[in-house]
Amino acid sequence: MKGADALGLVADVRARRVTAREAAREAIERIRARDPALNCFTAVLADSALRDADAVDTAIAAGRDPGPLAGLPFAVKNLFDVAGLTTLAGSKINADHPPAVKDATVVARLRGAGAVLLGALNMDEYAFGFTTENTHYGPTRNPHDPSRVAGGSSGGSAAAVAGGMVPLALGSDTNGSIRVPASLCGVFGLKPTYGRLSRAGAALFGISFDHVGPLAASVRDLAAAYDVMQGPDAADPVCAGLPVDPCLPRLDDGLDGLRIAVADGHFATRGEPEVFAAVESVAKAVGASRRVAIRENDRARAAAMIITASEGASLHMDDLKSRPMDFDPMTRDRFLAGALLPASLYVRSQRFRAWYKEHVGEILRDVDILLAPTTPFSAPPIGADTIEVAGIRVPMRPMLGLYTQPLSFIGLPVITVPVAGTAPRPLGVQLIAAPWNEVSLFRMAAVLERDGVVGV
Amino acid sequence: MSEPTRPSPDPANVARYVDEIAPLLGLPIPPACREGVERNLAVLLAAGLLLDDFPVGDAETAPVFRP
Repeated sequence: MKGADALGLVADVRARRVTAREAAREAIERIRARDPALNCFTAVLADSALRDADAVDTAIAAGRDPGPLAGLPFAVKNLFDVAGLTTLAGSKINADHPPAVKDATVVARLRGAGAVLLGALNMDEYAFGFTTENTHYGPTRNPHDPSRVAGGSSGGSAAAVAGGMVPLALGSDTNGSIRVPASLCGVFGLKPTYGRLSRAGAALFGISFDHVGPLAASVRDLAAAYDVMQGPDAADPVCAGLPVDPCLPRLDDGLDGLRIAVADGHFATRGEPEVFAAVESVAKAVGASRRVAIRENDRARAAAMIITASEGASLHMDDLKSRPMDFDPMTRDRFLAGALLPASLYVRSQRFRAWYKEHVGEILRDVDILLAPTTPFSAPPIGADTIEVAGIRVPMRPMLGLYTQPLSFIGLPVITVPVAGTAPRPLGVQLIAAPWNEVSLFRMAAVLERDGVVGV
Repeated sequence: MSEPTRPSPDPANVARYVDEIAPLLGLPIPPACREGVERNLAVLLAAGLLLDDFPVGDAETAPVFRP
């Protein structure tokens, strides 16, 4: 996708320098050429994409506004409802379900803005994983090294963008599932504040932590998609119902007035050296020398794990009882274990969550943006159960969420940015803000991208 | 090297817990999954032990329900 910018394409479509149909046709050809090696797509919607593109071209020819994302090709993690398509959520069990009757709210908003949906993307079953090593549909492969994982659970989304098949994809993030694959594949990813974007029509997993958000190859594409998806939605009881807070017009605001610090302690240990070097390169670029420590992150991860396992198992209890062997072996034992947890542990975890929210909230009264690594290492080989990190052998898959899990636990907005020049593989850095302050994250990401510190 | 050890439940107690609780929930554990379920349950219960000794004060966490 080097040099490509989806909003540039939108401008070309709107000015009739290229048709939306041509753009869709090219995206379909890229998917056909590249996806067999990467396994991102579980459904390619070529016919409906061309129909949607034709509608955009017709609107433009008739002098009507085709929308701010006219002709922009995108694809969605296969847990989002798409009218006419069965919502797999990475499972074999859901393949028996009838097709969705309407689009998820965020999908409908993107299409309503003129974006053209190209297909549905692979993921860990029911979003319970960090690697997209899906047994039913095969592993999604990292475009930077196909022997390695794409990350997960939105692995198809990150790899489809990194592999240049679509410039924009939607994912979901419960413990890191947008940020981890964005880091390992080297793209931008936004996990907004909990409750900012509607989850209506997205298959849920850990209802206390589920977020949806975009992954993209540029900051302004990420902002444009996010702006279109914002706003109240009565169909989602978690959606906060706040008015739209546009970020795209704020990208040139610069860093004036932003207090930036590096997260220390937990977020500065147990990772590979290049991970911390990536954080330092971002910190240096913005002159951030202050370091602040968040306490009790291991307990935050413990509580997040208990809540996720309890809520995830509860959602799938009927199938766990009646057809456990139809679950992916990568998730089955963890779901069954979650189904056995006592309620007292769940409630204790929720109480700890309230304490931790207050603790981090105090820090964020004094700091506008915190910097932390996104993952403790770059993309590991597909199939690796353990990995040596900083001289210690650890279970590979849960460790991928080391730095993301405490933040989604309390619903903070985070953009992960792909740091330039990391070797040998991409790595992301998390920009973290207080709830509802996505604008500051976008301002900083835009500065970093403009200065060449981050980028795809 | 491996990660430092944390408090964890007695594996025999975990096995007994699965024996007793799973049937009460109507949740048959397939034999092929038994070992993995015990291993994962032990991880979750160990996570619970980590929270046991932490004072959270008067944190109010009632789910909000507005009729």
